[in-house]
Order: sequence, then C-alpha cells, then structure tokens
Amino acid sequence: MKISPLLALTALVAIAFTLASGLVTQADGWSRSTKSDNIFGMMFGDGRKLFANQFFTEADVYFHSGYYPSIFDRSGRDSEITETSHGHTDSPDDEIKEDFFGRTKDWVDAFGRNFRVTKHTHLESGNEREILPWLRLAADLDPQKTETYTVGAFFLWDHLHKSGEAEAFLREGLRNNPDNCEILFALGRLYNESTHDTVRARNVWELGVKKFLLLPPDEQKENKIVFDELSVNLARLEDQAGNYGAAINWFHAAQKVSPDPGALQQQIDVIQKKLDALIHVAPQKLY
Amino acid sequence: MNKIFALAGVVIKELYRRKDFYVLFVLTALLTVAAGAVNFFHDDKIIRYVKDICLLLIWVSALVIAIVTTARQIPAEREARTIFPLLAKPVSRGQVIAGKFLGCWLATGVALLVFYFFFAIITGSREHIWPWAVYFQAAWMQWFMLAIVIALVVLGSIYFAAPSSTSTISFIVVVGILGIGSHLKIIALQQPEPMQFILTVIYFVMPHLEWFDLRDFVVYDQSLVSWPALIVATVYAAVWTGIFLLLAWLGFRRKNLTT
Repeated sequence: MKISPLLALTALVAIAFTLASGLVTQADGWSRSTKSDNIFGMMFGDGRKLFANQFFTEADVYFHSGYYPSIFDRSGRDSEITETSHGHTDSPDDEIKEDFFGRTKDWVDAFGRNFRVTKHTHLESGNEREILPWLRLAADLDPQKTETYTVGAFFLWDHLHKSGEAEAFLREGLRNNPDNCEILFALGRLYNESTHDTVRARNVWELGVKKFLLLPPDEQKENKIVFDELSVNLARLEDQAGNYGAAINWFHAAQKVSPDPGALQQQIDVIQKKLDALIHVAPQKLY
Repeated sequence: MNKIFALAGVVIKELYRRKDFYVLFVLTALLTVAAGAVNFFHDDKIIRYVKDICLLLIWVSALVIAIVTTARQIPAEREARTIFPLLAKPVSRGQVIAGKFLGCWLATGVALLVFYFFFAIITGSREHIWPWAVYFQAAWMQWFMLAIVIALVVLGSIYFAAPSSTSTISFIVVVGILGIGSHLKIIALQQPEPMQFILTVIYFVMPHLEWFDLRDFVVYDQSLVSWPALIVATVYAAVWTGIFLLLAWLGFRRKNLTT
C-alpha cells in the first residue's frame, strides 16, 4: 500500500494537535498537583531540593563575583547572602576567615591563581540583581525553602528598591509555607522599613509570633532567633508609637530567647524612664 | 610544511561539510536566546546568567567538536584505506599527525570565533559594552586549551581501538582535569600512602587545563588577566601539545596500518 507523504504529514500533524489539546489540561493538572506542588516536583521528586540548594549557592557565588570556595575548601558556614539579609556586614576578622585560598601551596597553585578570581568583593550599585535568577529557580525547585524568599525579598527591596516585587515574592513564599514565621517577619520588615506601613507591619509580626507559639517545643528552640527578631522589632515599633508598656512587654519576651539579654535590659530601662516621665506629667486631680 | 597545510585544509573542509558544528551552534544560540528571553522580577538588566549559560554551552560545544572531529581522523583514514595513498604521496607519518592536528585545531578555532562573535552580539545587545580584550583573552586561552585536548585525542586515536572509546576516555580525562585539577593536591593530602604520593605526582605532571578557563573573568566583569601570565600559559599549552604530538608520532611511526 502506497501512502502519499503529504497525507502522512497531515495525519501526523492532526495526531499531534489532538494529543496536545488533550494533554494541555492534564499538564495544567500536573502543575497544580497538591502532592508535588509544581511541574519541577512532578519531574524530579525530592531530588529537586538538591538542585534548589545548588541554585541558592550559585546566587551566593554571583554575590561574590566568582570568589567562592569549592566543595574541597568549604568551611561549612552560612551563605553570605543569608547573613547579609539578616543585617550582617563583614568585619576584618571575617575577611581573614573568608580568605579560603590562604597561602600558595606550590607553583601550580601560585600560577593558577592568575586565572582565578582572588579578590573578595560583594555585588553593589544595583548589580545585586544578578543573583535573582538563581533565587527564582531555587524557589521554583523547592518552594518549601523559606530562606530563598526572605533573601530574595531583602535584596529586591533593600538593594534594588523593588518593594512591589519583594512583597509579591514573600506572598508567594507565604502561600507555599502558610505557617512560616520567618517569612512573616520579612514581610513585616518590608512594610515597616520600605513602605512605612506600621499598622500592617505590626499585624504581620503579631501573626508571626502567634505562628511561632503554635510550633512544637523542638521547633521553637530551633527558631528562637526568629522569635527574638519578631519581638525586638515589635518592641521598637511600639516604642516609636508611644506604647511604652507594650514595648517593655515585647522586650521582656525577647529577653527569654536573646543571646544578649543585658543589651535588651538597657533598652527596657530607657523606655521605662520615658514611661515614668509620662506618669509624672500626667494631669493631677483639681479637687 | 605545505603538505601539513594541505592535510589541514582537508580536515577544515570536512568540518564545514559535516553537520556537527551547525547543530551545536544552533543549539547554543537557541538555548541562549531562550534563557535571555526569561524575565526575572521585571528586571531587564539581568545579564550574567545569560553570559554564564552561553559560555558553558560554548565550552561544551567546542570540546565536543574538538574531541569528536579529532578522534575519527586517523581511524577513518585507516578504515577507508585512504591512509595508504596518502602515505604514498609521499607524506611522512609525522606530517600526517601534524596535518591532522593542525586541521582540527584551526577548525575548532574557526568554530570558536563564530561562537564568541555570537556571544559578543548577544551580551553587547543587553549590556551595551563590548570588553573585547577580555573576550580575546578568554577565547585565546580556550583555543590553546583545545590544542592540548586535540593533541591528547590524536595520541588516543593511535592507541585506542575505536573513535568512540577515544572520545569517551578523552571526555572523562578532560572533564576530570577541568573539574578537580586544581584541587587534586588537597584531595591527595587527605589520602593515606601510597595514594597520597600517586595523586601528588599526577597533580604535578598532568596538564592543568583548568588554568585556561577564563569564564569567570567574562561573566563577572573582572579585570584582564596579566599578559605575562597569559604568555606563560600559552607556552605551557604549546609544550604539552608538543609532548602529546611527539608521543603520537612515536606510536604511529611503528604502527602496523593493515590490521
């Protein structure tokens, strides 16, 4: 039997079209699957988390413009983009610790350094945007990695002044991790520092505290830094709003988990003085 | 010398008649353009990931072209028995080795030129700057790294039975050196004797191909590599290329071509 090539081609195109129209709805279902969250989850399973970690590290590599230890000389410390998003800046001691090259080992190593990036720098002047594609990919691959959202949002609003995108990214993180107090803290910080919407910041942080208190004791122990950050920031917010009593209460709460309760006590003392002064100037009864 | 250039010319013609280069170039171009078309957080100034992906594809493509093209040269001549009329020209066996090497090297050089031109257009259209000196250094170093690789594959094609085994082993060796070449000393120090001694010896006697990878300088907008270091690296590549070609010639001149 002889079949015309044109007829065969038409038949194949028709089959392809039919299959595509049928599969489109199913593919949509794959990406909405509750079990695997998105198309990456369906394709890679839990293996996608490995890729997500790799992409998150790649963002840190970009932040350092390629000056980054390999797996052979890694010290095991946190990624610096994470530390930067928590307000950490490098001290001279940190710089020494991060000089992973050290002294030259031999002539091969010494000559080879001519062809490697050997200067420790951080991206600045808007070039921080270069880390974003890797964070986006990391978030797509592992939506449960909350660090990706908080770090990405921090760079978006603090360095690139894109508070709209930062909020959208954090909201996406919150949709994927509804009970996460770390994302709630970052969202509150965004409202407080970027859009100066203190009411929303307070609401979000208070919700963060509620979510924290619902955690099992083991997880509370692991996340006590977040509680510290939440309560200290709430205390400062109340202090600025003139709610000194509430501010003192939040500082007391923070003292229970803070690594430096003494410093918090000093702040409590300052607010206490303000509160006392307020009581002294309170109008007296005239009769 | 004319005979070597004539042989090299045949190899170059073979490259542009075959589909390998075109397929790899189109694939590189498509993937780069697709990556560049993605919008992250409504920021159209993000470019480094595109440079990174494009350069990685250029490196992979150039390695594939160099290794696959070189690995089949001498076995194909033997299989088709065209090696006999070639040697009866008369062309010495040393000239065959040199001609095949030169042809493959120049052909990959032409391919690299096209790839880097595409890279410059794509990145320049986004960044509006063309750091030609950095591009030149990166392409130059890659081309000389490929000289070592091609010479290594010529050597392999003399000793290994088939082009497929030569290609596979060459890929493993090259990727291995590029991946852990500079860390082999650290790995060696963590091993018990005699493995420590063996790895240390390998570290010092292997060709350090990783030196020739200047992608980070291009992707992260770093300053130029010092020119004296570049010249020393070029000489280093020439020496290793010479060593491999000499070993290939030593093997080939005594090789029985009829079996």
